[in-house]
Amino acid sequence: MTDAPTLLLRDLRLAFRGYTGVTEVLHGISLHIRAGERVALVGESGSGKSVTARIVLGLLQDQRGARITGQVRVEGRDLAAMSRRARVALRGRRMSMIFQDPTSALNPVYRIGTQFTEVLRRADPAITERAARARAAALLDEVAIHDPARVLDAYAFQLSGGMNQRVMIAMALANNPALLIADEPGTALDVTVQAQTLGLMRRMVADHGAAVLFISHNLGVVREFADRVYVIYKGRIVEHGPTAALFDTPRHAYTRALMAAVPRITGGGIPDLPERDDAFAAPMELHPGVAEPEAT
Amino acid sequence: MKRTLVILLRNPLSAFGVLLVATVVLSALLADVIVPFPEHRGAVVDFANFNQPPSAQHPMGTDLVGRDLFSRIVYAYRISLLLGVVVLAIAVPIGVTVGLVAGYLGGRVEYVLMRLTDVFLSIPPLVLAMSIMGVLEPTLINGMLAVTAMWWPWYARLVYNLTRAEREEGYVLAAEVLGAGRVWVMFREILPNCVPSIVTKMTLDLGFVILIASSLSFLGLGVQPPTPDLGSMVADGATYLPDSWWLTVFPGLAILLAVFGFNLVGDALREILGADQ
Amino acid sequence: MATPFLSIEGVRRVFGSGAGEVVALDGVSLQVARGECLAVVGESGSGKTTLANLILGIYPPSAGRIMLDGAELPARRRIEHRRAIQLVQQNPLSALNPRRSVGASLRLALDVHAIGPRAGRDAHVRRLLEEVGLPGEFARRAPAALSGGQRQRVAIARALACEAPLLVLDEPTSALDVLVQARVLRLLDDLRRQRGLTYVFITHDLSVVRNVADRVAVFERGRLLETGPVAQLFAAPAHAYTRSLIAAVPVVTPEEDALRARIAQGGPAS
Repeated sequence: MTDAPTLLLRDLRLAFRGYTGVTEVLHGISLHIRAGERVALVGESGSGKSVTARIVLGLLQDQRGARITGQVRVEGRDLAAMSRRARVALRGRRMSMIFQDPTSALNPVYRIGTQFTEVLRRADPAITERAARARAAALLDEVAIHDPARVLDAYAFQLSGGMNQRVMIAMALANNPALLIADEPGTALDVTVQAQTLGLMRRMVADHGAAVLFISHNLGVVREFADRVYVIYKGRIVEHGPTAALFDTPRHAYTRALMAAVPRITGGGIPDLPERDDAFAAPMELHPGVAEPEAT
Repeated sequence: MKRTLVILLRNPLSAFGVLLVATVVLSALLADVIVPFPEHRGAVVDFANFNQPPSAQHPMGTDLVGRDLFSRIVYAYRISLLLGVVVLAIAVPIGVTVGLVAGYLGGRVEYVLMRLTDVFLSIPPLVLAMSIMGVLEPTLINGMLAVTAMWWPWYARLVYNLTRAEREEGYVLAAEVLGAGRVWVMFREILPNCVPSIVTKMTLDLGFVILIASSLSFLGLGVQPPTPDLGSMVADGATYLPDSWWLTVFPGLAILLAVFGFNLVGDALREILGADQ
Repeated sequence: MATPFLSIEGVRRVFGSGAGEVVALDGVSLQVARGECLAVVGESGSGKTTLANLILGIYPPSAGRIMLDGAELPARRRIEHRRAIQLVQQNPLSALNPRRSVGASLRLALDVHAIGPRAGRDAHVRRLLEEVGLPGEFARRAPAALSGGQRQRVAIARALACEAPLLVLDEPTSALDVLVQARVLRLLDDLRRQRGLTYVFITHDLSVVRNVADRVAVFERGRLLETGPVAQLFAAPAHAYTRSLIAAVPVVTPEEDALRARIAQGGPAS
């Protein structure tokens, strides 16, 4: 299955059982990411974008009260058909993740070097301490950290947020995963650092040949990073298109409202927009040239 | 409140805890009505029936002077609960105030109050209570005093830590900016947010106070005869094991069930109220 | 500018002492006119939060003075100073006491400053809620039952309750979704015009600044780099740091791309 997409979601549904009954959170999400593609899933808080990431990582499948239906295929393999152990084995090897706040995502009681070795051991259990350190240093050099020895001997809290973000990117790509999931990367950082991080991430995923699922609420960041964009609203995909086309001519009422609501650095004031609108529930808008792959 | 009760009763384990606590509390409150021999709580002697095994007339047997054990256990619950309630009613306000003031004001006030708390915490509780009881007369009042002295520091610590965390919350800043006074901020803004943790600890502690009081009277330092007390019943009966087993087993079981019940409810409350925040 | 409404004169603030001394703010002088919205811009460690806390009187300046309407604000603020300067915080989740109803949180403001007759205060609370675009019945609700945007509106209502002429807005919309942000920004703008309020708007988001502020003050590492009318600052930023800030803003239109590119190259913005 060499032509299978790196990630394929088909009619993904998620419901939680609670005291008040069953609440459906995702109402049938279909999306795909081909090898080396950078695809954004953009939506507001509560839209279901973060739970989608957690399902792809296989983190929600074993949670009591979560009911998942539909397909999740990573490199053609159905997550639901895999054992729990096999799903866990995917993480850190075939897919990895970059978090919103890099400083809290790194364990404060271990040195960066120790954590790096752990990451490398997941793919190569036999790797020696020295080889791991050399490999880690090479990876840090790739993310423009030119004094890797100091960073490897440091703890996360001794480094700046931007530095930790680079360490996280290097770690996430250390085992050349097929899929990188980035959940609001850099949102916790200053704008100038965020801009650098984005550029760095773009270069790194290209060098390592990783596909990216980029989850964000920030339209500007999405426009800068992604090739293709899915817009998610209340557990449904409402628009899908190539980044340039989608930003140039947004078709769905919700996307248009989102776009209009972003304040412009060229000025023009804050538009008068409704927070909610019946038109937001309209069916999905598809741009030319994008479609979900045929069922196999 | 109602929601809390519903969740409590839905879980079998916590429902069992509620059942135990309800049994203990109700029997203590209604002791005069449900007990077959109310007069046996005092200095009654009935040599005709002394040291009898459980029977239809005496479901838990009789003690060495012929008093009905069941009646005495139910009255002992009343004394233990009274002790627990009074101890907490004194210890909790003291501890909570110390913790709030130290945690919110900080600086030198915090230093003095928390070091004082540490001093109390560093003395083993039973030793402290024993020395107080040793100096004073071993009466019920002094027993309460002793247990109270060793209980408030735990609340001071708990509330101090909670206050330190709450102090950083935006609503505290908002109240300060609004011009609310320190006392208001401590007692009207921060304290309500500590209440779930305090209530949980109080529930757990009712069981522990009963246990500590029993330990004291087991050592002969607690409630004095002829007032019935679970600890001294166990102590008195221990000499006659294993033949007169009912003398120790039933009071022991009574302690166990009460402590177990309060713990079950306390643990459940911790989860329910904790998840609320 | 005749008499500035808020005047910050040579303010310095130091935390800690000896070897652990940190200068959070140094040599800062700023004026804000009545009815103006001044944006205070900077990244983490720029001193913008310290400035907010100094204005609010959370702690006093180590040197310099802060004047409100021509009178110096004392280190220990009196109740009327508290009433004059109010705050809207970044995190709407923590800004309201979770154990108290929305109405009770607003009542507190009225009670502390004895605003209006006691009997009329509940009605006053409902009017305040309606003024920020919420139904009056929300007074009975717990903060947990409100969305982030609704809570932020309640926080704004609380600031209005004191009838404070000066509001310090500390990243008031950065935790909100973009559609909600637009609504709240419009509300703040409308209130400023209707009530003649003065804002010190603290933010890291330059695209928000461009659309709501009259003037901008750019901070870096505790120092005031430049101030100027918003249009001028975005057309021709004087400092390289300001240029790098503007060039880093993620944007959504080709016109913005062009502006960013011009500014990044250091040229004038057409």
